[in-house]
Order: sequence, then structure tokens, then C-alpha cells
Amino acid sequence: MSATAVAGRWRAYALVLPALAVIAAFFLFPLALSAILAFRAKDGGFTLEHFAKAWELYRTDLIFTVGIVALSTVLIGIVAVAIAGYLTLGENPRAVAILRWLYRWPLFIPFIVTGQIMRAFLAKNGMLNHALIGSGLIEPLQAQSLLDWRGIVIAFVWKQAPFVTLLLAGAMASIETQHIEAARNLGARRLRVLWDIVLPQVRGTLLVGLVLSFVTMLSVLSVPMMINPNSPTMVTVDIAYRISTLSDYNVANALCLMSLVVAAGAAWIYLRHATAAQAKGP
Amino acid sequence: MSRPWRRWPDTLALAVLLGLLAFVIFGPLANLFLWAFAEKWYFPNKVPQEFGFSFWGRVFSPRGGAWGSLGTSIWIALLTVVMSLAVAIPAGYALARLKLRWRGLILLAFLLPQAVPNLPVYVNIARVFYEIGLNGTILGVVLVHASHGLVLAVWIASAAFASVDASLEEAARNMGASPWTCFRTITLPLAAPGLIASAIFVFLESLDEFTGTYFVGVPDVTTLPLLMFNASMGGNYQIASITALLLLVPSIAFMLVVERFLKANVLAGVGR
Repeated sequence: MSATAVAGRWRAYALVLPALAVIAAFFLFPLALSAILAFRAKDGGFTLEHFAKAWELYRTDLIFTVGIVALSTVLIGIVAVAIAGYLTLGENPRAVAILRWLYRWPLFIPFIVTGQIMRAFLAKNGMLNHALIGSGLIEPLQAQSLLDWRGIVIAFVWKQAPFVTLLLAGAMASIETQHIEAARNLGARRLRVLWDIVLPQVRGTLLVGLVLSFVTMLSVLSVPMMINPNSPTMVTVDIAYRISTLSDYNVANALCLMSLVVAAGAAWIYLRHATAAQAKGP
Repeated sequence: MSRPWRRWPDTLALAVLLGLLAFVIFGPLANLFLWAFAEKWYFPNKVPQEFGFSFWGRVFSPRGGAWGSLGTSIWIALLTVVMSLAVAIPAGYALARLKLRWRGLILLAFLLPQAVPNLPVYVNIARVFYEIGLNGTILGVVLVHASHGLVLAVWIASAAFASVDASLEEAARNMGASPWTCFRTITLPLAAPGLIASAIFVFLESLDEFTGTYFVGVPDVTTLPLLMFNASMGGNYQIASITALLLLVPSIAFMLVVERFLKANVLAGVGR
């Protein structure tokens, strides 16, 4: 290797190093700290008592969190497939154009604003109940607040479905149209085409979008705090409480590690799919 | 298809579905809008009994804190963009153009902060910052925002540099341009749209960021999301709605123009 090539190699690393250093100092280091504090006893030794305490106190919330995030992920998947599917296969060009314009409004609205929006919309005197009463679907006395687990799920789906739809519609648009047209010419119904021909080709993209959404929703603090702060609620609220009110970093970090394990589970599902897809070929 | 009059039930069903979707999307936004201009609104009134701007006056009064928070938010977001891009542009260039061993591993390191729940990171970085006196400072908040924002910036910058035609750079080098001149006059201008997109992403992410600021910024740094959160938890829907509207403006503006900046060829190259 010539001297200039060696210098070039070093230059490449020097260019990457500052960014890696920031990640190491402000991301990897605190993450490692979380793992250490979760297992450290008062005397500095190793212990599992923080996990036992976390499980004892927040078992319901942990199950509640996984349930809410899993349900939201499934609903986001259904909504995204439906909208992206119509955008790809829809026959009414005007409806497709309206839908394309419509679905993406919540795309960049932050979670905290979504929380505030839904807090007003889903309340007992919110617009949803007024619309249901006005259309005669429910009686005024039946109006109820949706500000519990349902409110969190609705807020998550409202905010996150456009993101997955955007990814999915992009992937669907790059499918070869010959396949779709061939199937349609053979008389296949649109739903069949979507299920049998389009979806298998974009499964990877759908999974990436859903796993990213799952992990993101898992660590959202603002939405559960604003919509449903009382137990049972999401563990993020409990983590914030252990720290802000009790300064208890050990139990808080035990809870953090538990949610990291859940996220790792989601990532594992994704990786298993990705390697299986690679083995099968494109 | 040859008998259009038989399709009108389909068209009607489609219109109803689109109408419902429009309500689902815009209903919550309209509700927020009403709250922002409501003087008085009690159950069971469908719309506010009185409209007005008195809460707007309160939010923007010196004691309301909106101007201060808005300034803090924008200042933090600008510093975050500068810091993120300062380290992301060289890294993105190296990842796209230069030979790196462990390139996959390096890319993975830049993926992690997006793929791992962030609460554990914020909680513990706040504890460290508290010990070294960075808690409650602008610098502390910027460092936290930048460590998250630079991830997006590296990925988009790398894709943007990769989409620049390498033969143009070779031509410049063959005519005797130094690597730096070549980068400055050829590569950088051609990658600029993608880099601007990543700057906007980072700016917006910082502007909207809540959880990290909530832990690291206390008690002295109040950004707009924190002001909104405090108003909302205090039960003041008008003030919370007005600050939420302020946060909505950049989000929706960006949603409307995003495809102009992020061309399909750059998007397709993200993560390659």
C-alpha cells in the first residue's frame, strides 16, 4: 500500500470520528450507565432487587404498555396497507389525488402536540362526541371520555400511520406494474392483487416502518402523560415519576432495561425476517 | 367499466370513506383551533360560547413566556443544526466516497439512536449532566438534541453524497483540482439539496423535542414544547392550544414541501 493510500485511509477515519465520538459520549455511554445502575446494589455489588421491585410495583403497567404499543402497531399496519394499497391500485384518479393529499397531514406533527390535540378531541365535551351526537349515532347521555388506553392508541395511530403509509406507498410505487396488470387482466379482484401480489413485494418496507414505530412509541412520554397519567399507564410515566419525584435511578433504570428488552424483541423479529428474505433472494 | 351509471354506488361509498378520513384527520386539528380562540367553552356547548384573542395576549405578554420560549427553541434548534451538520457532513462524505473497513458496523452505530427507546438515554445523560453542571443549560440541551439529530443527518448526507456522479469529481481531479477544491466546488453544491433537507429535519426534530429537554433542561431551559406541556398539565387548554398551534406551523409547512427537498433518488439511497 502506498503512502498516500495509507494517508487516505486515515483521513476517512478522521472524518467519521467526530460523529462517532458524539454518539459514544451522549448515546452509548448513558445507555451503558443505565445497564450498570439497574444491577447495582447500594453497597456497589450486583443485585436483582431493583428488577424485583420494578416488576412488583409496575407489572400491570409493563403489560399495559406492551399491549397498547402492540395494538397500535397492528392498527397502524392495517391503516397503512389500506391507504397505500388504494393509492397504488385505486381506479378513481380524483379519489387517489385527494387521499394522497389528505393522509399525510399528521406526518411531522410532534407527539406532544398530538397529545394535546387528542386530549381536547377525545374528551367528553370534545368534537368527537359532538359529532357522534350530532349525527344521531349516540344519545347525549352516552357521551364518554376516551382519555384512557383507547386515547393513547388513537393518538399513536393518528400520528404514526402516515409515516408508515409514506414508506409503504413509496415501496409500492416502485413495483413493476406489469405484474399487477397481468393479474388484473386475468380477472383478479383488487383486494386479491393487493394481498397476493403487492404486499409480498413490500413486506420488508412494511416491517421496517412498523418496527421503527413500535420502538418509537415504546419510549414516548408526553402522550401517556397528557392523555392517561393514572395507573394503569405506560412505563414511561413510571420512569419519569421514579426520577422526578423519588430520584430513584435504580428502579427507573430497571424499568428502562425492561423496555429495551421489549424493543430488542421487536428488532429480533425484524432481523429474522430480513435474513430469511435475503436467503430467499430478492 | 363500460357502464358508468352502475358505478355510482361505489363512488358514493368512496366519497363517504374519504369524508370520514377527512374528519379523522382534520377534526382533531379543528378542535385545537377552536380552543385556541375560545374565551369561554363549557360542556355541553358544541362550539365555544365566546371567541376572542385575550389568551393570545396573555401568551405573548412578557409574563406568558411564549416569546422567550420561542426564542430559546429556535436558538437551540439552530445550534443543534450547526453542530449536527458539522460532524455529519464529513462522516456522510467518508461513508459515501472513501474506503472504510467496518463500514457496516459504523452505519449500525449511526442507526442505533433511532432504533433504541430513548428514555433510558435521556434519563442517564441528565444525571451525568447534573454532576458536571450541564443540566439546565442551553449547551446541555443542544448536545442531547445533536446526538439524536446527527443520526438522521449522517444517513441523509451519506445518501446525498452517494447520489453525486463520481465521474464529475474525477474529471475535476484530472484537471488538477485539489481534493478540497473538488469537494467545495463540485461535490458540496451537487449534494446541497439533500444536505438542506437533513438540516430541516434536524431543525424540526430539535424544535419539537420534548422528552430530552424535559430531563436535561430543567429547571432553567423552557422550550416551546415544555411551555405547552406545563400549560396543558395545568389545565389551561387555551394557552396549551395556542402554543400547540405555534408548533404546528413549521411541521405542516415542512410536510407540504418535503418532497421538493428529498428527491426519490436520495430517499432510495438512504441506508445503502
